[in-house]
Amino acid sequence: MTSPLEQKKIRITGPSVVTANRTWDGAVVYRTAQQGWSTALSDAAIVSTSDDARALLAESAADDVGAVGAYIAPVELKGGVVKPGNLREHIRSKGLTIDLLPA
Amino acid sequence: MYAYDELDRTLINERVSEFRDQVKRRLSGELTEDEFKMLRLQNGVYLQLHAYMFRVAIPYGTLSSKQLRRLAHIARRYDRGYGHFTTRQNIQFNWIKLAELPDALAELAEVGIHAMQTSGNNMRNVTSDQWAGVAPGEVEDPRIWSEILRQHTTLHPEFSFLPRKFKIAITASEHDRAAIKIHDIGLRLHKNADGETGFEVLVGGGLGRTPFIAKTIKPFVAGRDILSYVEAILRVYNQYGRRDNIYKARIKILVHELGIEKFAREVDEEWRQMGHSALTLDHSVIEEVRSRFSYPAYEKLPHMPDELKQAAHDPLFERWRKNSVAPHKVQGYSIVTLSLKPVGGPPGDATADQMDAIADLADKYSFGEIRVGHEQNLALPHVAKRDLPQLWKALDRLGLATPNVNLVTDIIACPGLDYCSLANARSIPIAQELTRRFANHDTADMIGRLHINISGCINACGHHHVGHIGILGVEKNGEEFYQITIGGRADENAQMGALIGPAVPYAEVADVIEDIVEAYLALRDRPEELFVDTVKRLGVEPFKERVYATR
Ligand code: HEM
Ligand code: SF4
Repeated sequence: MTSPLEQKKIRITGPSVVTANRTWDGAVVYRTAQQGWSTALSDAAIVSTSDDARALLAESAADDVGAVGAYIAPVELKGGVVKPGNLREHIRSKGLTIDLLPA
Repeated sequence: MYAYDELDRTLINERVSEFRDQVKRRLSGELTEDEFKMLRLQNGVYLQLHAYMFRVAIPYGTLSSKQLRRLAHIARRYDRGYGHFTTRQNIQFNWIKLAELPDALAELAEVGIHAMQTSGNNMRNVTSDQWAGVAPGEVEDPRIWSEILRQHTTLHPEFSFLPRKFKIAITASEHDRAAIKIHDIGLRLHKNADGETGFEVLVGGGLGRTPFIAKTIKPFVAGRDILSYVEAILRVYNQYGRRDNIYKARIKILVHELGIEKFAREVDEEWRQMGHSALTLDHSVIEEVRSRFSYPAYEKLPHMPDELKQAAHDPLFERWRKNSVAPHKVQGYSIVTLSLKPVGGPPGDATADQMDAIADLADKYSFGEIRVGHEQNLALPHVAKRDLPQLWKALDRLGLATPNVNLVTDIIACPGLDYCSLANARSIPIAQELTRRFANHDTADMIGRLHINISGCINACGHHHVGHIGILGVEKNGEEFYQITIGGRADENAQMGALIGPAVPYAEVADVIEDIVEAYLALRDRPEELFVDTVKRLGVEPFKERVYATR
């Protein structure tokens, strides 16, 4: 998973969302179509063209008080359900893949 | 223990109020993230995958029971009930909320703990041997010098905007437990032919993208001159370090590009010009710092108390004692390592309850003192031998007596893709799986000393280059792959491991490591030949053949 933090050129190849970390607590959030942030991936605005992605990112990045480090992340759409598009985003969305206690 | 003076306390408290104000302005939108980022980094606050991460310094790895209890409290009150001890004598909290950070910092400040310079391009926590002051045969307590350097460089304007981060480690023993050869500056305390105490100074070590073993720049610098000499190195670095390219900004690159001889000449010239008089340490200054370290009032105890003789009949106790208990400089005492590497657990994590319990045990058995080592384990530095059986029982109940110190399951691992925003691949579940594979302590004993180090990306926070077996997470077409190296080491004979073959996918890593270990068992010429020594004797080839023959 190459870190997406240094996204330069924006070109998407499939459905994507904008994600960031909420400023006050760092929680993973997704940009909604109502120009807000939600911790639920299912609330995320989904874009499928590079132009839309660019616009959504610009709007999100402008809300620097709400969330920080906004970037575009791939998602998969399966039967109307949104799923994270790679392992990194899966971990951000679902949490740790590990047991915290010895087992 | 080290007693902070008024100046330290004032400085820490001022820093907390300053940060409280900065956070307030950030949350109100008065400061943008761009403006705020540097301010938060100067207070040890990173942004990770799921949350902010907060890194707290444990100078030279020494903690009081009171401080450890406070860390437990922070974990419980502000985080999710656990913390992660790192390879540089820091502790990290993974789930802290920015809005609550000033309160957490204020609570830490009350017990003399801070997070200054735990990130950013400045002088990081000056680390030391976790057995400092108690190891037999040590030249003298290296923490005195760590503290002198810490005081001089903390918030020093000249060293607050270095080309890149800067890490110093100090050891005073024959056996290097502080990994000085992979630091920007490594200092080895020793005595010269005249019996004078001073330092061998090494420079330019480091891991990451371009790993280097540090080279000796001066075999002996007298103790009183060490500040001026280190400052001369930092000045040369400040002047010539590559600020234009983050990948070339560490001092190791400068030393490599100039060559150690030329670099040494530059430093000497700077040192001469400084006239180094102002920074020469007065005997009284050194003694003042020395006097702030207090040592316990040890009792006169027998070398072999009855309690120990009796307990020796219990094979489980004996196994732990042989593995985790080390000789102390004072007769009748021992140094006890507390393994934070339980089978199936994340390496280096401790829960708040464990931290509280360790603090209680430290009060009862170790004069209230705890140490943190770069292997991500803890130690109780002053345990009377007669107390070892009782302590063992208590540790065992807490899951802190896994007899695997320095063995195959004593794995050093970075947070990897489970936490870290820079990661290519996960580290912790690989470590967990390996500890399950080698969970049988008899097998681990039979294998002997073997250090596995895992990093989730080339930044090498898990020191994979210097692991006897190193595992590095890389990405191939969106999948997690791992490069495996063998034959590295981090001690006084530090060297980088060699790549054994093509990267393997996540699901195969544990199998490959098992194959490597099996190959070693077949190839070693006697049971005492350590894994690293077999690799040194035979090279990578025979291992490669066995591991890749069937793949
Ligand atoms: C989780 C957030 C972390 C981030 C963002 C981070 C970032 C980095 C980066 C960028 C480097 C490479 C620096 C360079 O070569 O110039 C590095 C190296 C290093 N980090 Fe981390 N790291 C993190 C966690 C850790 C942890 C958990 C540990 C200890 C277990 C650690 C200890 C080290 C060490 C020892 C090195 C390599 C030694 C060196 O060459 O300086 N870091 N880290
Ligand atoms: S080695 Fe890479 S993945 Fe691991 S903690 Fe460091 S930066 Fe993160």
